[in-house]
Amino acid sequence: MCRIAKFGRQPKITVPVERYFLIASTFCFLVAVVHTVIELRTGVFRPKRFNFLAIGLGFIFQTAFLWIRGQELGRCPITNLFEVFVFLAWSVALVYMLVGPAYRLSLMGAFTAPLVLLLQGFALIAPIDTRHPVTVPANSWLEFHASMSLVAYGVFALACIAGVMYLLQERQLKTHQLHSIFYHLPPLTNLFAAITRLLWWGFALYTVGIVSGFFTGHPLPRIQIVAAIALWLLYAAILQARHLKWLAPKRVAALCIIGFSAALALLWGITFTAELHHLP
Amino acid sequence: MNLFCIGLSHHTANVGTREQFAGNATAKSIARQAGCAEALLLTTCNRVEVYAVSDKRISTDEIARCLIAETNPDPDNYAPPFYRYEDNKCVQHLFRVASGLDSMVVGESEIFGQAKKAYESARTSGAVGPYLHRLFQRAFRVAKQVRTHTDITRGAVSVGSVAVELAQRIFGKLSECKVLVLGAGETSERTTRALVSRGVTDLRVSNRSLDRARELAQAVGGRAVPFDDWTTQCREIDILLTSTASETPLLTSEILAPMLWQRLDRSLFIIDVAVPRDVDPSVNEMEGVYLYDIDSIRSVAEQSLALRRQQVAAAEAIIADHVTEFLDSISRGLNRLSKTTEHSSLGENPLRASEL
Repeated sequence: MCRIAKFGRQPKITVPVERYFLIASTFCFLVAVVHTVIELRTGVFRPKRFNFLAIGLGFIFQTAFLWIRGQELGRCPITNLFEVFVFLAWSVALVYMLVGPAYRLSLMGAFTAPLVLLLQGFALIAPIDTRHPVTVPANSWLEFHASMSLVAYGVFALACIAGVMYLLQERQLKTHQLHSIFYHLPPLTNLFAAITRLLWWGFALYTVGIVSGFFTGHPLPRIQIVAAIALWLLYAAILQARHLKWLAPKRVAALCIIGFSAALALLWGITFTAELHHLP
Repeated sequence: MNLFCIGLSHHTANVGTREQFAGNATAKSIARQAGCAEALLLTTCNRVEVYAVSDKRISTDEIARCLIAETNPDPDNYAPPFYRYEDNKCVQHLFRVASGLDSMVVGESEIFGQAKKAYESARTSGAVGPYLHRLFQRAFRVAKQVRTHTDITRGAVSVGSVAVELAQRIFGKLSECKVLVLGAGETSERTTRALVSRGVTDLRVSNRSLDRARELAQAVGGRAVPFDDWTTQCREIDILLTSTASETPLLTSEILAPMLWQRLDRSLFIIDVAVPRDVDPSVNEMEGVYLYDIDSIRSVAEQSLALRRQQVAAAEAIIADHVTEFLDSISRGLNRLSKTTEHSSLGENPLRASEL
């Protein structure tokens, strides 16, 4: 892999080329966030193509990063917490680009960009890009299990974002205080329909991810299995309650946020225990 | 060429004064009587304006004489507060008018249609030439750009339109919504019509007088419901519009709570335009219920107006750019014309001006 070296009196600093792609990608998301914040501060929010383009460009750089890292590792680049966060951010951006325009949730970009920025910013700043000697050889089932689960997390992230939008819209309607952004948020009914669809999609992908985990042939830590099934049960319960109309939409929206927070905590735990066990 | 605008509007004259100058003249008659090369008359309930192009200066009085109604008891004795804008000021004024910035309700879009109609009328009569044609086409473009690039037209400013807008924010398409109208007063009828115009088809009307309920139901294409049954309707409906003369609240949390259990996954939007209120304010605290009384509707309307006012600066910036661009294009046209005239030695031909 190419490495860039700076020569001089100072000690040689090498930065992997793919990291520049990640920095460029993070910058694109930062631009989208700053643009949104400026518009909100002026009291005018108009979802324009700018956000979508910035996110699209950021997504291209993310993809370039993951591709180069994958080539280097010879496997799906989800071998440490750093890569897992970037892969999750990539999944969120991917799902947004697929779902946002389809459900006419153009404003979702304004909410997606900060989440991706947070994930990638943390990945870049925190010292979590540690290379472990990977003792387990590349296993297609394991990679399928991990990547499918991460894409499912991406879908849950979008459901969480739609939940935030729902609560924001609901709050404005309840308090009779309508901000400029109110006129650009989708109707409550449409948002709730989007949340429901995203939950179903995420749940289906996560189920596939969990089931495929049993075919990896590697003994996984019991705590990982229990936590993953607990998360699966949480989403199953939300969907069941939604299906039986036991929960008001506002509570479903709030549970989407709680569910994704739990998913992030679980992801951290899984990656932490995997690193302890030197699993890919 | 001298481009100017002379007029009266709600800013400068009351309706009585405006009436004296509206409805008598046409663009063609003004052009003929005042000796303008081109003329266009824009008459709305809030303004009477003449846009004209002439070779020589035409006084405001001359235009006023053309406009004054034949029924005016004393046509020679008038001193109405006419304003006059020339050249770039005139261009800027027209762009502001077409964009709704000069309207009584800032950002209203009706003026756009009225300006188009006035332009069409003048064009058909032959009073509009190439200069006003270009000016008005640009004005329509500017108005569209202002509408698209700012929030100047966002937000509703009347009771009916606020109700419709809020309903759309909650339910999206109103065609699938079930609406119950409680009380058959004038405000509820107007609001109901606004809802029907946005696609509501399932409409139920309930009133203490069943005959009045039937009358309104027939007028708006709904069905009458006996007054004793209206509470049970709350299990099914999405929107409740109340305007009865009841002295005490008809709907309270206690009445509504058991029905909400049966419709947990659906929102209920309540518009209470009655004074005193028909719905207890505590109902708004219930999950999935959005209650708007007349004060909160007015507050939303005021917020919309404030939002529109915030947009004025952005709209003015767009207009300023277009004014400069338009005047540049006109002066480039004049330069081309003068060069053509010098070289062709055809002498002064007024028709050439039309090539602008």
